[in-house]
Amino acid sequence: MSITLKNIIRFVLFILVQVFVLHKVPPLHEYVVPYVYFLYVLWLPFKTSRAALMFVAFLFGLTLDYFLKCPGLHAAACVLIAYIRPFLINILISQEGADTNYSSPSITSMGWAPYATYVVILTLIHNIYLVLLEWLQFGNFLYFLGKILATTAMSLLLIIIAELLFNRKEKFRTNTV
Amino acid sequence: MRNIFLFIRRYSNFLLFLVLQIIALSFLFRFNKYHEAVFNGFSSEVTGRVSQKYNSVEYYFQLKKTNDALVHENLELRKMLKDNYESYDTTKKVVVDSIKVDSILKYQKYQYYEAKVVGSFITTQTNYFMLHRGAKQGVHADMGVIGPQGIVGRVVNVSDNFSTVMSVLNRQFKVDAKLKKSGDRGRVEWDGASPQYIFLKNIPKSAPIAKGDSVLTSDLSSIFPPNIMIGTVAEIVNDPSSNFYTLKLKTATNFSSVQYVNVVENLQLDERKALEEAAQKNQ
Repeated sequence: MSITLKNIIRFVLFILVQVFVLHKVPPLHEYVVPYVYFLYVLWLPFKTSRAALMFVAFLFGLTLDYFLKCPGLHAAACVLIAYIRPFLINILISQEGADTNYSSPSITSMGWAPYATYVVILTLIHNIYLVLLEWLQFGNFLYFLGKILATTAMSLLLIIIAELLFNRKEKFRTNTV
Repeated sequence: MRNIFLFIRRYSNFLLFLVLQIIALSFLFRFNKYHEAVFNGFSSEVTGRVSQKYNSVEYYFQLKKTNDALVHENLELRKMLKDNYESYDTTKKVVVDSIKVDSILKYQKYQYYEAKVVGSFITTQTNYFMLHRGAKQGVHADMGVIGPQGIVGRVVNVSDNFSTVMSVLNRQFKVDAKLKKSGDRGRVEWDGASPQYIFLKNIPKSAPIAKGDSVLTSDLSSIFPPNIMIGTVAEIVNDPSSNFYTLKLKTATNFSSVQYVNVVENLQLDERKALEEAAQKNQ
């Protein structure tokens, strides 16, 4: 399966899971919102150009927004993590050329610790920005802090489950690109 | 000039980032202010159709609750029938109303339409419903939406075949309410915490209140008919620094299972609005 086709299918699946599974779960608490959809942006291939990365993230966020009827909220957060993603990968990637040897960020391609750092930092940034935009309209400071922490914990748990369930096979490609 | 082009080329990614952020944020704040979504018609048609597909499955799981709610509503309506009441006083003269039903049509204030709920969320801070009835079927913005058990929300956006309803469980939703017992009026809002509880504010402390009292829509509301159930008092929050109570209400409607609603059109709304605008101009 080509990478483009794989990502298009992933796009649809992530939106459907987020809208019709995670947002249909009865809320545990006002602070806990189970977000996992942005994992799509984290899983996009290494070789996506930065402009394309941001466009795809914008489109992806906006699609979710139109389902949840808050146009712009998730799109803004997705564009932000798509913009920061290349910087973070440049810092975290351990050996020269891992981003050319493998197709997309994962535990096998980046190593366990760098991948975990990558996921935690982007999840935190995504949730901080999302809750900040909500907090600007209503809520108090306790709501802001509590929601960031609870939502991030929930997101990380869901990401771990997703990583364990869908073991993405990363083929080692040739060094000579 | 050359330097400008070089600058744009060098920082093209950052500029693209800024442009996309500005677009996204303008969508967000514009929608929160006027509830006009960009690409509203198209997006509502698409998301509406997808939600409808999902709902055709979900609907079966809610059938029992929907049925219960409808049976209760029918029972309440049946209790109001004139035939249930018979006076002992046989000397009372029965006057037959000679006015034809058609002739009072011009006095009709509220018109009801039925609609199917195809999408609903209660997990976010700004929850919306999606109804499978739109502009082509007579729905327009600012119509009230009531379910079998009580009020549900207000129509904010319509496309050709679908409409978006701001739920009572939305931090921007406000409705004028009154206590059934004493008639004291206040404002109903949601604090974003639990989808089962909403708050009634500005009830004077002189009002007699007990737990379990009913709260209804008031006669002042321009979009809801009066005396529609909103909820029952679950807790009385006493703030010693103010002369008003804040009442915690249990919502009458179960927002996670509502499947059929009525959309209410106020046929005299235009006249009322014109009068209110004229009064504002005179000030």
